[in-house]
Amino acid sequence: MHFGPHLLLAALEGLVTSAVLALTALGLSLVFGVMRVVNVAHGEFFMLGAVLAWAISTAISGHPALGFLAALVLAPLIVGLIALVSERLVLRRLNYNPEATIVATIGMLYIIQQLALTFYGPEARPVEPPFSYRILLPWFGYSGYKLWIIAASALLLVATWFVLTRTKIGLVMRATQYDSETAQAFGIPVDRVYAGVFALGAMLAAVAAVLIVPISQAHYLMGQDPLLLSFIVVIIGGLGSLRGTVVAAVLIGLSDGIISVFFSPTLAKIIATLLVAMVLVFRPQGLFGTASR
Amino acid sequence: MTQPRAEALTISGLDCFYGEVQVLYGLDLVLNKGEVLCLFGRNGAGKTTTLKAIMGLVPSRAGSIRLDGKELTGLPAPDVPKAGVAYVPQGRRLFAEMTVAENIEIGLMARGKGKTTRENVLELFPLLRQRLRQRSGTLSGGEQQMLAMARALCVEPQVLLLDEPTEGLMPSMIAKIRETVSKLRDLGVSTILVEQRVDAVLSVADRVSFIENGRNRETVDVEELRADPSAVRRYVGVG
Repeated sequence: MHFGPHLLLAALEGLVTSAVLALTALGLSLVFGVMRVVNVAHGEFFMLGAVLAWAISTAISGHPALGFLAALVLAPLIVGLIALVSERLVLRRLNYNPEATIVATIGMLYIIQQLALTFYGPEARPVEPPFSYRILLPWFGYSGYKLWIIAASALLLVATWFVLTRTKIGLVMRATQYDSETAQAFGIPVDRVYAGVFALGAMLAAVAAVLIVPISQAHYLMGQDPLLLSFIVVIIGGLGSLRGTVVAAVLIGLSDGIISVFFSPTLAKIIATLLVAMVLVFRPQGLFGTASR
Repeated sequence: MTQPRAEALTISGLDCFYGEVQVLYGLDLVLNKGEVLCLFGRNGAGKTTTLKAIMGLVPSRAGSIRLDGKELTGLPAPDVPKAGVAYVPQGRRLFAEMTVAENIEIGLMARGKGKTTRENVLELFPLLRQRLRQRSGTLSGGEQQMLAMARALCVEPQVLLLDEPTEGLMPSMIAKIRETVSKLRDLGVSTILVEQRVDAVLSVADRVSFIENGRNRETVDVEELRADPSAVRRYVGVG
């Protein structure tokens, strides 16, 4: 294969990574932005999404698209519910204290992981893609499902952007993010907003996992890479900035795809981490973040 | 007191703490209906804490705060504005990244007020109407103060709490803010005003409470104070 098509293939692979990463990182970014909680268990919500997708799609017989669609709707809802319960049981009781919640979410990480190991097992299990159409390009054939991931993720990102900037729910979330005390003085029930945002963040991770699981596999340890990459994306893009998150996700995803194909995946990770270090030194608020108030 | 009037807000025996540090010591305060009551005192005397305690933003350990007979202490903070108290915090505390229109929208949402309220408020601050789509953080200081007051008035409050609204503004703006406070009194809004400037106090207040060390030392009519401003010197040390 010539360089051009090779690059195109690498870029497409990178975009698939970007798409899933953008959704996952957006969840992390929302939770930190609004609640000031660093959710170390974010990757486990991702993993739960994938594991539940497997459970749901195998429970439903018939065409694989049916099971997948059910998983796409149900898995994020269940994960959101689990996040809601853990928010009420743990984070709220810690008063959302920034340090305490880091330790608490590390604990949640292990609890969720071990529960998955106990009930789901150590195997990596595949989920059948809803369709297996291949798009034939002049140089190579490419999975239609992967392109669909990119489209679906873009759609979800636009929907999230719309909710945040154009609806009352978004207005309430942004008000809580900027100044939770003043928000309360205007009747905004900040603790209910927190609960909703935590659930929403987890649901975004779960949706991303359901999208990716047909081309990877569900495994109880699969939450670690998305967590690390989400942190990288959020730091580079700037916390609480939706635009920054998307741009950084595309940047990291594409460079990961291209560098992995032409050089090695390790080099891709090295460069991404170096980029984080550079951003932290020269622009600590991130590329699109605003300096702290 | 010249004539007995109905009480809009009554605070009695209020104790407040920041962590273990006690800030208010059995504070008593009465705000009559339709008056402007000024809280006057040094930095750290407890004026802002009193306002925050009314809003439920600082928990009170003892005492009571009653709005027209309804107990406010113990209410979750978001329920206080719904009961009819609006707050203009010190330093304005606008949602700076949001537009003027969005800030106003948040005020309206507090008690589910709609277009008519919005129009009335914009009538009061016509300048804001031209700036609706502007990011509120980019407004001038005076405009920001107007927006902070507009946002609070969107609650259609019976009681308005103003924390140093003239701080850092130029004289023409200060005059405008004062004018608005008087206008609101004519509309029947009862106001608690925290002020540091004697001239600002004398020109708008009906009564003045001197706050010192977390206690209300004395409440006097403004005419008395005009006739004998010695109290100002006694509690604040300026005059």
